[in-house]
Amino acid sequence: MSMDLSEFLAVFFEECYEGLSAMEAGLLALDAGCTDAEAINTIFRAAHSIKGGSATFGLNEIPQFTHALETLLDQMRNGRCTVTRDAIDLLLESVDCLREMVDGTKAGTELNAKRIALVQRQLENMLSIGESASEPIASPAAKEHPSADKSNPSCWQIFFRPHAHMLQSGNDPYRLFRELATLGHLQVEADLSSLPSWVELKPESCYLAWKLWLEGELAREQILEIFQWVEGDCDLKVEKVEERADETQAQAESEVLGERQADIPNEVSSPSATGAKNERAGAGQNTGSIRVNIEKIDVLINLVGELVITQSMLNRFGEDFEQLHMNGLRDGLIQLTRNTRELQEAAMHIRMLPIGASFNRFPRLVRDLGNKLSKRVELSMSGENTELDKTVLEKISDPLVHLVRNALDHGIEAPEVRKAAGKPETGLLQLCAYHQGGNIVIEVKDDGAGLNKEKILRKAQEQGLVSASDTFSDEQVQNLIFQPGFSTAEKISDVSGRGVGMDVVRKNINDLGGHVQIRSEANKGTILTIRLPLTLAILEGQLVRIGTEIYVVPLTSIVESLQVEPTRVSSIAQRTGLYKLRDEYISIIRLAQVFHGHSHALDRGQLVVVEADNRRVGLAVEEMLGQQQVVIKSLETNFQPIRGVSGATILGDGRVALILDVPGLVQGCIDRSLTPIAA
Amino acid sequence: MTAKAHSDGATMQAQTGTHQYLTFLLAGEEYGVDILSVQEIRGCSSVTPIPNTPGYVLGVINLRGTVVPIVDLRKRFGLAAAEFGATTVFVVVRAIGLDRHRTMGMVVDAVSDVYNISPDEVKPAPDVGNAIDHDFVTGLATVDDKMMILLNIDRVMNSSVSEPLQTH
Repeated sequence: MSMDLSEFLAVFFEECYEGLSAMEAGLLALDAGCTDAEAINTIFRAAHSIKGGSATFGLNEIPQFTHALETLLDQMRNGRCTVTRDAIDLLLESVDCLREMVDGTKAGTELNAKRIALVQRQLENMLSIGESASEPIASPAAKEHPSADKSNPSCWQIFFRPHAHMLQSGNDPYRLFRELATLGHLQVEADLSSLPSWVELKPESCYLAWKLWLEGELAREQILEIFQWVEGDCDLKVEKVEERADETQAQAESEVLGERQADIPNEVSSPSATGAKNERAGAGQNTGSIRVNIEKIDVLINLVGELVITQSMLNRFGEDFEQLHMNGLRDGLIQLTRNTRELQEAAMHIRMLPIGASFNRFPRLVRDLGNKLSKRVELSMSGENTELDKTVLEKISDPLVHLVRNALDHGIEAPEVRKAAGKPETGLLQLCAYHQGGNIVIEVKDDGAGLNKEKILRKAQEQGLVSASDTFSDEQVQNLIFQPGFSTAEKISDVSGRGVGMDVVRKNINDLGGHVQIRSEANKGTILTIRLPLTLAILEGQLVRIGTEIYVVPLTSIVESLQVEPTRVSSIAQRTGLYKLRDEYISIIRLAQVFHGHSHALDRGQLVVVEADNRRVGLAVEEMLGQQQVVIKSLETNFQPIRGVSGATILGDGRVALILDVPGLVQGCIDRSLTPIAA
Repeated sequence: MTAKAHSDGATMQAQTGTHQYLTFLLAGEEYGVDILSVQEIRGCSSVTPIPNTPGYVLGVINLRGTVVPIVDLRKRFGLAAAEFGATTVFVVVRAIGLDRHRTMGMVVDAVSDVYNISPDEVKPAPDVGNAIDHDFVTGLATVDDKMMILLNIDRVMNSSVSEPLQTH
């Protein structure tokens, strides 16, 4: 009967967010002193698409608001209005406001009419300043929607939705409109959303709805009179549109918008209830969809094609099995293995997104925060195209924001301080991302004051995190900032200093299977390095045997593996095993002891040297088996988290094997060995 | 009675007012669980032990791609351990926890029968000290002069899962 709008709405919202990001990026470029007309054009185009799109979907608030924004941009483009810092601030605020409106519309919540009206009024004020300065005629674009034209004495907005059978009673909407036009200047916009497909279209039925704007000094009765004949055959709403400044009016309008929103899904849901349900499910959460580069899809399709060929080839052997064909069968299996692996990689790549999606919020954040703290900061970013798993990307965003805020608040000093220290007044904040091995590395680097070792120690002692008598290495002091409740800020600001932060950052990163490292030099700056696995679903693993059980050690944490030479094994206090690895001693974790409570003789086994948190530890295992990719299955879904185990996987023979949590094991081993000393 | 609201199968029970129970044997005693919480019964397969868990958690198995923990009910109830025999099976149940559903398995000596038991046939269990946790038992029922111990499987299973370990 009618089109399923929800699908298009989802796309529209996505485009809106893209447009908003483009506007923001453009504005920030302008702010940085760019006077390129093309930059303004880009912003203008983005605003225009949002306006056009939202008008198509009948979301009146957004086009009205965007219109004022667009007019201002148009004047800037024509040089009738100068690009000032105030103007950019206002435009950025409008972008925020617009984003809120889009969010609100998407979630179906009440819009913040007060704020919208306020920003819109500011926009109009700026417009009128620009106008009086240059020429008193409003730009031609302002005529498009009389509702936004505030010089209007009175304007009526009419929503007119005839019932399907209205035409059968001999009423013609066209005649009604002609009569309306005699009352004043009339603008008509048709809503085609209920139009069915050609096959389902009944020529006697009316599927259209209209939105009309009527200007002129007239009373509501005059309009209602015209619609008298069709009363009961249509849904009719007549609203007076006045100047935006009138708050109660804005409220009334948002109510109208709310009603209309309520209308649309109802009409949509009748033909396909599932579509409407999807929309509702999608409204609350983040975008459940993902935009994939067409190339990736093509690769996938090609691989599936190859897989089908291999399958048919293997099929042939299955139908006519003879010893002679063994070689062909083996070749086929090899091909199948390769296909599967490539297919798996391609499928994984679909989930990969460039980290730029997370980085692009920082220019704005740095700008706003810099202004607030009166610090001058230049942000440089590299490696925005580095790809990582969507889940990882979503979860890393908040910790990254935290680190950037910290770098600005604690790291980079005020301009005077920097000058005194012989550094350029503008601080440099660098964000880079790159691949290294099976990891993605993200660095947050600032050239600020660095970590103040004495201050950290003093604070930690005050907060009772360490005792005064302990001595610490630089590294240990630097790691103190990851302790829960630690903060060096003298006073709590709304930027940072509450002491909830770095520990949460580290926890989030650890939860993702990554780790964070800090390097700092007084007066030179601080580098925070985050290492994350590329994906959470699959892992390159080394299979090892302990007793009768098989365990998986993540390949990324393995440094090397070696045959145990009994002469190199020694111990401290008969407890902690040590192994002399070339010039250093590393501690040995006897996995059989930890997991099964009994140990095997070391000389029979092998040692897997792993690294976690900058510490090297040898894991004693009985035998090294093959390497393979394993699919990670959660133990928590049906059970509980287990210390020293990060998950499970299913091996080729259908058995379950546990995946070792190397950082957890190492930490556990250190905790145990430190206990008597710390207590 | 358990106040669970199962959508399917529950209608039949609502109509007749009786509940169906699957019963199984453990050291000669007959225990019953609400049949709606039983997902499947499967023969014993190899179990991968999990370190750092109580002894009654036998380990995990691969249930068509899902990792499912197995609880040895004999050990859970403090009964003498027994070798796995020809009739020993895993009963896979869906246990409803506070935050989520868990699919878990339990080792029983043998599956016995399915009985219809109406709520008024269920007698409260007398307080017999701490033979097994009182919370685990919903009541006792008698069928053909045999006593059956009806278990609250959600409590039995969820109590076998300890609180998430604090990492710091």
